[in-house]
Amino acid sequence: MKDMSEGYVTEDGRKIGGVVMEMKNITLRFGGVVAIQDISFDIREGEIRAIIGPNGAGKSSMLNVISGFYVPSEGEVWYKGEKRPPMRPYQVAQQGIARTFQNIALFEGMSVLDNVMTGRLTQMKSSIFSQALWKGRAEAEEVANREVAEKVIDFLEIQHIRKTPVGRLPYGLKKRVELARALAAEPTILLLDEPMAGMNVEEKEDMCRFILDVNDEFGTTIALIEHDMGVVMDLSDRVVVMDYGKKIGDGSPDEVRNNKEVIDAYLGVAHD
Amino acid sequence: MPDQLLFAMEVTLNGLMAGVLYALVALGFVLIFKASGIFNYAQGVMALFAAATLVGIMEGQVPFSHLINAIFGGEVTHFGWHVPALAAIVLTVLVMVLLAWLVQKLVMQHLVNQEPIILFMATIGLAYFLEGVSDLMWGSEIKTLNVGLPQGLNETIDQITYDAFGYGFFIDNLDIVATVIAGLLVVALMLFSQYTKQGRALRAVADDHQAALSVGISLNFIWVLVWSLAGFVALVAGIMWGAKSGVQFSLSLIALKALPVLMLGGFTSIPGAIVGGLIIGVGEKLFEFLLGPALGGATENWFAYVLALLFLVFRPQGLFGEKIIERV
Ligand SMILES: Nc1ncnc2c1ncn2[C@@H]1O[C@H](COP(=O)(O)OP(=O)(O)O)[C@@H](O)[C@H]1O
Ligand SMILES: [Mg+2]
Repeated sequence: MKDMSEGYVTEDGRKIGGVVMEMKNITLRFGGVVAIQDISFDIREGEIRAIIGPNGAGKSSMLNVISGFYVPSEGEVWYKGEKRPPMRPYQVAQQGIARTFQNIALFEGMSVLDNVMTGRLTQMKSSIFSQALWKGRAEAEEVANREVAEKVIDFLEIQHIRKTPVGRLPYGLKKRVELARALAAEPTILLLDEPMAGMNVEEKEDMCRFILDVNDEFGTTIALIEHDMGVVMDLSDRVVVMDYGKKIGDGSPDEVRNNKEVIDAYLGVAHD
Repeated sequence: MPDQLLFAMEVTLNGLMAGVLYALVALGFVLIFKASGIFNYAQGVMALFAAATLVGIMEGQVPFSHLINAIFGGEVTHFGWHVPALAAIVLTVLVMVLLAWLVQKLVMQHLVNQEPIILFMATIGLAYFLEGVSDLMWGSEIKTLNVGLPQGLNETIDQITYDAFGYGFFIDNLDIVATVIAGLLVVALMLFSQYTKQGRALRAVADDHQAALSVGISLNFIWVLVWSLAGFVALVAGIMWGAKSGVQFSLSLIALKALPVLMLGGFTSIPGAIVGGLIIGVGEKLFEFLLGPALGGATENWFAYVLALLFLVFRPQGLFGEKIIERV
C-alpha cells in the first residue's frame, strides 16, 4: 500500500489531508451484548468516510461513540492529534463535530429556520448579560449567524419551507433539514447516520448530490453510515465494513467490494 | 346601570388581579415542566422562601440565628443594618440562582431519565426541606413585607367610575402594580426565549433533549437556568402576595391553586398559564358573588378544583394543548 501519512489526492482530484480522527481499539458492551469489538480506524481531513454493514452490525453505536452519546467500554478516541478525555455529547459538538440521527432528532415545534439557527449555537459567544447590555453586539452576532443559516438553507434548497414548523414536513425534507442544522455549525467533521434511509429514489439522488457538494464546496470531512452498498461505492473515498460488531474490511470501495469476508457478510445476511 | 351589574364588574376586575398571581405561580411550573418534564411541587414553597429571604435581607436578620444561638449560646439576631429594597431584591435573586444550582447539582442531576413520578416525589421532598430551611434561616413567624409598592384604594379609578356610574369601584393600587409587573415579566420572558441565544437553547431543550445535545447545548446549564427563572418568578409572586397578606406559610398554598390553572391552560403553554390564571381568578370571584350566598359561601375554596375537574373530563389537553389522539 502507498504511504498516506501526509494525505493523498483522489481520482477526481480532491486533496485529502492527514488523519483528523482516530479510533483506537474501541470496544462497546451493553450488558452481555458486544456492540463493537476492538475496532480501529481513522478519518482523514476532507474525505468521505463510509461505515457500512448489515443491520445490527454496530454502525450507529460507532457513530454514537464518536459523537459522545456512548462512552466506549475500552479504547481511545484521538481527535486532531490529541487523546480525547471522556466527554459529554454537547462538549463533543462544541469541538466541531456535528451529526444527524438515524431516526431524525429535530425540534418539531420550531420552524425550519429556527432549527437551522440552533446549529449556530456552538458558534455564539455572547453571554446572557452581554446580550442584555450590549444589544448592538448581540444583534450583529445574530445577523452574522442568520447569514450562515440562510446560506445553508439556500445550499440545500429548502428556502420554500423556511418558516414551516418542522413537525409538518414530510420525512424526506426532515432529513434534509437535519443535515442543514448540522451543516450550520460549520463542523470539522460531519457525522451522518443513514442519511438516505427511507427515502425514495429521487430523494436519495438529491441527498447524494448534497453530500458530495458539501464535501466539495466546503471541504467538510464526512463520516456516513449506509447499508446500501451501491450508494456507498458512488459516494465514499474509503469504507469501513462492520459485521456483528467486528471490522471485516477497510479500504477503497474497490478493495472492499472484492473482499471475500465482505461478500459473505452481505450475501449471508438478509437486508431490510 | 343596575347595581348588580356594577358590582359584578367590580368583582370581575378584582378577580383579574387575583388571577395575575395564580398565573405567575403557574408560569413558574410551566417553565420547569417544559424544559425538563418535572412537575415542581416546590414552586409555592420557593415563593415563600424567596419572600422570607427578601424580608430577612432587608431587615438585616442574621440567617440561622436560632441555630447559631442554640449552639454557641449567643443572642445575635440582627446585624443592625437595613438593606434598601432594590439591593435586597438583587441579593435575593442571587440566592434563588444559587438555590437553582444546588437543586440541579445535588438532586435533579442524579435523577436524569427517571420516571416522572420519581422526579415529582423528589420535588415534594424538596418542598418540605425548603420549608424547613426557610424556617431555620429566617424564623417561622409571620413577617410583613414592605418594598414600597403603593397600596390602598386607587382614587382615580374610584373617581372616574363614580362620575360615570354613580358608584366608585374599589380597586387596590397594589393589584394594579402587580398586574403591570406581571405583564412586564411575561413580555420579558417571551423576548428572552425568542431573541437570545439561551432562550433559543431553552426552547430547543424543551423540544428534544437528544437533538439539543447534538447542537452543543448543556442540559445541566439549561436546567439551572429554568430553575433560576422559576425562582425569579417565585420571588415576584412572593413579593406581591407577601405585600398583600404578609409572608407566611399560606403563601406556599397558592401553589395548589396553580394546579387547576395548569389543567385549564395546559402544562406546557405560557399563554395558557396566563389565561388559565385569569379565568380561575375571575371565575372564583364571580361565582362566589353570584352563587356564593345560595351555596352557603366559601365557594372560592373549591370552585377552581371543580372547574379543573370539568376540564379534565371534557378537554383534558387544556385550552391551548393540542388534541391528544392515541397512537394505535
Ligand atoms: N442503547 C443500547 N442499549 C442496548 N443495546 C444497544 C444499544 N444501542 C445499540 N445496542 C445494540 O448494539 C447492537 C448494534 O446496534 P446498532 O449500533 O444500532 O447497529 P446498526 O446501526 O449497525 O444497525 C445491536 O445488537 C443493538 O441491539
Ligand atoms: Mg443504525
